[in-house]
Amino acid sequence: MAVGSLVARSTAAAAGILSPRSRNLPGLLFSLPLLALFACFVVYPLFFVATRIFDRYTYEVLFSDPVYVQTIVNTIVYVGVAVNVKLFLALLLSAVLDSDGKATRFLSAIFLLPWAIPVLPGILSVRWMMSSQWGILNLISEDLGLGTHHWLASRWTAIGAIILFHIWKYLPFWTIIFLSARRGIPRQLYEAAYIDGAGPFQAFRYISLPMLGGIYLICTLLSMVFTMGDFTNVQLMTGGGPGDSTHVLATLAYRYTFRVGKIDWGMGVFATALPVTLLFIFVLIKKIR
Amino acid sequence: MTGRGVWVNVARGAVLAVITVWTLFPIYYIVSLAITPWTDLFRPVYFVTHPTLDNFKFVIFQESPFVKFFWRWLANSLWVSAATMFAVLVVAAMGSFALGRIRFGLGRWVSGITLFTYIIPASFLSIPFFKIMGDYDLLDTYWALIFAMTTFAAPYALWVLWDYAKTIPQEIDESAAIDGAGLVSVFFRIYLPLITPSLIAIGTYAFFYAWNEYLYAVLLLQGEKTITLPVGMGNFLTSDDAPWNLLMALSVIYALPPVLFYYVFRRYLTHGLVSGSVAGV
Repeated sequence: MAVGSLVARSTAAAAGILSPRSRNLPGLLFSLPLLALFACFVVYPLFFVATRIFDRYTYEVLFSDPVYVQTIVNTIVYVGVAVNVKLFLALLLSAVLDSDGKATRFLSAIFLLPWAIPVLPGILSVRWMMSSQWGILNLISEDLGLGTHHWLASRWTAIGAIILFHIWKYLPFWTIIFLSARRGIPRQLYEAAYIDGAGPFQAFRYISLPMLGGIYLICTLLSMVFTMGDFTNVQLMTGGGPGDSTHVLATLAYRYTFRVGKIDWGMGVFATALPVTLLFIFVLIKKIR
Repeated sequence: MTGRGVWVNVARGAVLAVITVWTLFPIYYIVSLAITPWTDLFRPVYFVTHPTLDNFKFVIFQESPFVKFFWRWLANSLWVSAATMFAVLVVAAMGSFALGRIRFGLGRWVSGITLFTYIIPASFLSIPFFKIMGDYDLLDTYWALIFAMTTFAAPYALWVLWDYAKTIPQEIDESAAIDGAGLVSVFFRIYLPLITPSLIAIGTYAFFYAWNEYLYAVLLLQGEKTITLPVGMGNFLTSDDAPWNLLMALSVIYALPPVLFYYVFRRYLTHGLVSGSVAGV
């Protein structure tokens, strides 16, 4: 009986006869795998952090640790510079690639390679390039008469390397996003503008920019949150070195947990970043939906 | 008009040339180190002077003690990636059916949860997750890793599928329901066949998400033989006498599947990924 009525109800639901509210049960059943994963792997860890973050001592240690303060600065520089330069370049490149020429199509196929290649081979390549003794960068720099440098052995050139790698790896993805957003702008707008005597810069200023402004903002926020949590790039490029001067949030938490052996400090690092991150996330969810 | 048109084309050509060099140089460098013999490694040159395939031979036939577990690592990577792909397909297909076809009242909450999981950085949950897995004695098992990767790969896949699900006319479901089909048979016999192209795209995406995963793999797997390929390669970076030419040969092997798949499925992938990301914007 119960099964029969459930079948009848779901049949009616498929036909769209019932109200959204009475379709809740089948809807939730089909969402169950997702909800179970969310409960176990997102809510439970967050809850776990919440039970451990009210220990004042952890924060006294963190805020008096110069490495923590330096890490916050590094993270802000990394996120601020890498994301904004990358997205600005992506916006410009999407304009260059937005034509149907054969050369453009061929180039966009090559251009997407960094996105297809896993992080590790790319990092290995950059690390060996920047090797102070055997890297090709010093060979080029010497041939240009600029002398040799220890690229990955000083703080700001190492952070620069991480930023450059980030741009190399993720520029293609965001360019494709902007490209598809551009293709959504009606052609007639541009045609009308050119008939009215607008140049390419005016067309960009008065048509492309307003039409792409919303998605540009969302992409910036999204990319900032993703980059704030970056572990792999930094860990593989510098491991936080030299002298713990290039850590970002995730690598510092890893260091506290496994090198120093203080798992509470590791969680404390994320707990201090969580308010900002959650704010970003809620703004994004409001904007995207 | 023509004067300005020429300059626009020149500028465009210059930009494209710069992008090409910028994009290809690190890749050129990986390949050129992969074919550099050990004796030439410590002498930087622009072009490889004595190209050789010995590095690949050493890696594949395990003739160097550095990479004696190459086949184990590869098998581990393949297995966790395939399992993650399967789990993501199940979660995303069911979830997108619920959101896009059933359209239930609590769907707003489910889509909010999906977005939240997509956006929150996976690394922020890694340390507590590691602690929890330790408490339940699940460290060094693949299950913890596979479920964690599924959690973070599924929301994007679901979003892409949902966007596609909304474009299927509702009348198809309605006529099936009139013919007496229940939700489950609509799901298997109508929905799944219709979304197959998108399933290929997100399956590929999920496979390579897991293939690339480093943080959770490095946290959860510890044994010399149980680690995945990227973790095994990454471990060399802490040793000073790392065999860089062998590492680069490994890199080429490791990067080849995603690149090949990407070119085979390029049309599906870029369309699927883009429609998912721009959804609702």
